[in-house]
Amino acid sequence: MTEHFRVAIVGSGPGGMSAAGRAAQSKLSHVLLEKTDHLSDTIYKYQKGKLVMATPDILPLRSPMDFKLGIREDILGTWDKQTKELGVNLRYNAEVTKITGRKGAFELTVNGKDKVTAEYVVLAIGLQGNLRKLGVPGENDPRIQYQLDDPDEYAEETIVVVGAGDAAIENAVALAKQNKVIMINRSAEFARCKQGNLDLITKSLEKGVLECMYKSSPTKVEAGPRLKFTLKTADGEAVVECDRVIARLGALAPRAFVESCGIQFPSKDPTALPELSAHYESNVPGLYVIGALAGYPLIKQAMNQGYEVVEFIQGNECEPADEPLLKEKFKGALLDRYGSIPGLLAEMQKTVPVFSGLTTLQLREVLLESNVHTPKGGGEIFHRNDYSNTFYTIFAGEVGIEIDPDHPDEMVRLGPGEFFGEMGLLAGRRRSATVRATQDCVLIETSRREMIKLIKSVPKVRDVVDAAAIERQIRSYIAPNLSKDDMAAVLESAKLRSFKANEVIFNEGDPGDGVFLIRTGSCTVSRRIGGREIVMNYVPAGHYVGEMALVRDMPRAATVKAAIETEAVWLDGAGFRMLMDHLPQLRSQIERRIGAIITQTEDISQRPEAGNLIQFLVQEGGKEAADMLLIDEALCVRCDNCEKACAETHGGISRLDREAGPTYATIHVPTSCRHCEHPHCMADCPPDALHKTKDGEVFIDEQTCIGCGNCERNCPYGVIHMAYDPPKKPGLLSWLLFGFGHGPGEDKIASHASHEGKKRAVKCDMCKDIEGGAACVRSCPTGAAIRVHPEQFFALTTHSPQ
Amino acid sequence: MHESILVYRGFRYLKLSLWMVAIAVVAYIVHQPTVGPPNGGTALGYTLGTIGVLLIVWLAWFGVRKRRYGLGKVKLEDWLSAHVYLGLGLIVVATLHTGFQFGWNVHTLAYSLMIFVIVSGIFGIIVYVRFPRLMTENRRGSTQRDLLAQIAELNAKAREISVTLGDDIHNEVMASADKLALGGGALKQLSGRDRNCPVQHAVKRVGELVLGLPKSDAEKGRTVLSLLARKLELVERVRRDLRYKALMDIWLYVHVPVTFALLASLAAHIVSVFFYW
Repeated sequence: MTEHFRVAIVGSGPGGMSAAGRAAQSKLSHVLLEKTDHLSDTIYKYQKGKLVMATPDILPLRSPMDFKLGIREDILGTWDKQTKELGVNLRYNAEVTKITGRKGAFELTVNGKDKVTAEYVVLAIGLQGNLRKLGVPGENDPRIQYQLDDPDEYAEETIVVVGAGDAAIENAVALAKQNKVIMINRSAEFARCKQGNLDLITKSLEKGVLECMYKSSPTKVEAGPRLKFTLKTADGEAVVECDRVIARLGALAPRAFVESCGIQFPSKDPTALPELSAHYESNVPGLYVIGALAGYPLIKQAMNQGYEVVEFIQGNECEPADEPLLKEKFKGALLDRYGSIPGLLAEMQKTVPVFSGLTTLQLREVLLESNVHTPKGGGEIFHRNDYSNTFYTIFAGEVGIEIDPDHPDEMVRLGPGEFFGEMGLLAGRRRSATVRATQDCVLIETSRREMIKLIKSVPKVRDVVDAAAIERQIRSYIAPNLSKDDMAAVLESAKLRSFKANEVIFNEGDPGDGVFLIRTGSCTVSRRIGGREIVMNYVPAGHYVGEMALVRDMPRAATVKAAIETEAVWLDGAGFRMLMDHLPQLRSQIERRIGAIITQTEDISQRPEAGNLIQFLVQEGGKEAADMLLIDEALCVRCDNCEKACAETHGGISRLDREAGPTYATIHVPTSCRHCEHPHCMADCPPDALHKTKDGEVFIDEQTCIGCGNCERNCPYGVIHMAYDPPKKPGLLSWLLFGFGHGPGEDKIASHASHEGKKRAVKCDMCKDIEGGAACVRSCPTGAAIRVHPEQFFALTTHSPQ
Repeated sequence: MHESILVYRGFRYLKLSLWMVAIAVVAYIVHQPTVGPPNGGTALGYTLGTIGVLLIVWLAWFGVRKRRYGLGKVKLEDWLSAHVYLGLGLIVVATLHTGFQFGWNVHTLAYSLMIFVIVSGIFGIIVYVRFPRLMTENRRGSTQRDLLAQIAELNAKAREISVTLGDDIHNEVMASADKLALGGGALKQLSGRDRNCPVQHAVKRVGELVLGLPKSDAEKGRTVLSLLARKLELVERVRRDLRYKALMDIWLYVHVPVTFALLASLAAHIVSVFFYW
């Protein structure tokens, strides 16, 4: 018998479940089809006790089901209860294998045999797809698992983990605490994982915590008292006996199934998502797509979509959940002028080229994360040398950029549709110019995180930003007063070039064919002296290299190498010579620079150890640091007053390990934050708890840190650690007279913490809230501890401490 | 950039101290007491005494200031540089205050304690200038924990190989691990040596015993010997490290307590001068 419903909802994740809940609430005949025997399989498979985030925080939830930040078990429990209470018509173990028909008469095949018909179908199957199996004889043995709930459940076993992705690495390392673990990696290295996990597995393998068989793939599994796992390796066949196999091989994307339903994808790109109407309807009328498959991977967004899609199916218009928030942002004259938010957004996409490549939904999301400013004419927006890194777009009005601080009246003016602030964003350096409103303006200020997301995911945004950025960078770093025509000629030859870490930008002796303006990253300049490569200098972003060969008409005098991933604007020789001819100041500035370089080169070639020191500092983080703590061990009396001061000024836990860390000659780089320009720790912080201050300090917001440990894993310098709150210190007298607890400066790593309460990440914040600055440096009695900017490396080598 | 306390800010505090000393000396030469020889009871004597007391209290305050982490805008290095130079200047100021009158009394006791504290401080300056560099060179980039871990690793390796080389060698290897003591009492740390070092003993004994091994075991024997020799080098390095650290710490165990004794005797000196003179 075929059952018939108004709406069939496929998949019981947050989106599908919320849609079914709304349908039940609206007394709409519906069915929710779930292929497993529980709700929301993706979340169900999270590790036990995992904290589930409810981002974006400001987005209101619109769903008959509840959802807020909490642990996996509580959230799933609430949903189970609420689907029952609402009377959701839920079928477990019902895998939809085929969808045919059209609006009003869809036919869904369940488990390959049963049929269900529906007028509308909502596809909410997510992106997880079906887990990939081993694909060898014996793959169905119950001791072969394709997921791992709780790694602590197993002990004293030999476990084979197959795979080389993030899940495999995380599982393998977690299991290795109590078990003997052997990883099976099909390739010769770990190339598909996040940097943090690559470091994790590399360290674990070095320490011998677990083993890994490279270039190996399974051929069969034989059951027995223990599993006999046969592998094909580079050296022939190998057999591993084990108690358990955990295979983490990723999933088969659901795309083939979605396409079989008639839904089209805009491109062959595996990350492409189906194109949808503003009502989430696909190109097949009556067939709707919501959730991760519709491009909305966050739980709250998916739940809101579930609610909305059922309203749309019932013919109800419903304004998006974020509408009131946007109205609040744009309230006043602006909203009145365009009548409604959709009208305003349409106008914005027309005037602002950066936003023109976004879908309406993407634009809404960007605006939610942005601030609207309406400065009056003359007001300052930001100041030269500020360390803020937000991105501004001009919706109305005009701003002026004071490129040359000595001539504040000479401003470059920008009008509606243009943007500014991208240099701080791209280079991670201080603001290169002061910007003020020259008329009353409407400006949209977007966060760095949101902008970087857009630049990475929307090619149009990247192109628009890059094109304008190249011109601005030339203006700001080389030729501020270039006329429009001359600039056009220079831009003609300008090209964006990117270099990997340690890649050579040009070699000593190469013909000098152009100048490189370093726009992000940094590089080292070195020469071969007496058969050895000696580092001469370090060049951070915002400077150019290669001008010497052009001016002197000689081959390259030195080798320039990218210290980290670096992007440079390349200007060809003719273009750059033209610049020098037009701008006598530039020529004399370059002549002066060359003079300084020659002296410096002569100096360093007499003292190769100074070059080695620069090289050492660059390697130890100088290449991306805004600020480094350096200890001169010829002065350091090992009193640890720096650590004590750090702990005493930061809630009892030192963020600095003086003794650990590398040393060259007597210069020691302790384990302490480098305050990177593009901080690795900030790359993957789920609650966005890591921030950069105006002055460039990277700090953790203790209130929002959830203690997930991502930053600790992602930091290449090991300067972040996880800590519990330390016990309260006793009063001075009760410590002095009765020996209660720890006194001033004692127990600076909080070894007596209670291990209760929240564990959170701690790191150096450069004493941003403490008057007088870094306590470690101020508390060093002998002047051994200093903080330096990478620009000072050369000066450091010329200075003798005694 | 890096600057040691001695050259700090272009010798700012040395200059200050020299000025203080110069003024005191000139005043001492110029001043003619109305009664008797120069002493602490004259107008100049009282002035110098007051300066001396204030200096001593201020110098002692360094111990408190050092523990006030994160407070105050002045760097601790400023304080220490001033502490060193003004402390040295105090010798002159206080000596002139005495008018070179010494005796077996509480006044001279205070003076002697002060000199003792300053001399221990001079020792401190010397070790602070000399040992940090030696310590770094001795460590060769490793931390103490690294060195100990390397020793433990060599222990395990040597034990594993020596199992098959007969009881004599094996026992030496075991003893070189079990009886090894690093650190210990103050004198032992300061000496940086262990007369009965089991590792040294083992290297010597195993060196002899290896000669008696059958040919098939000779290679293994040599490996054990080289492991022990490497361990001996590490052990000596750790002892040197501990010795430097001990020398850098030990003088404070004199400097600080004697300062308290000085403050007490100074109080006695002042009280007795004003009430019983």
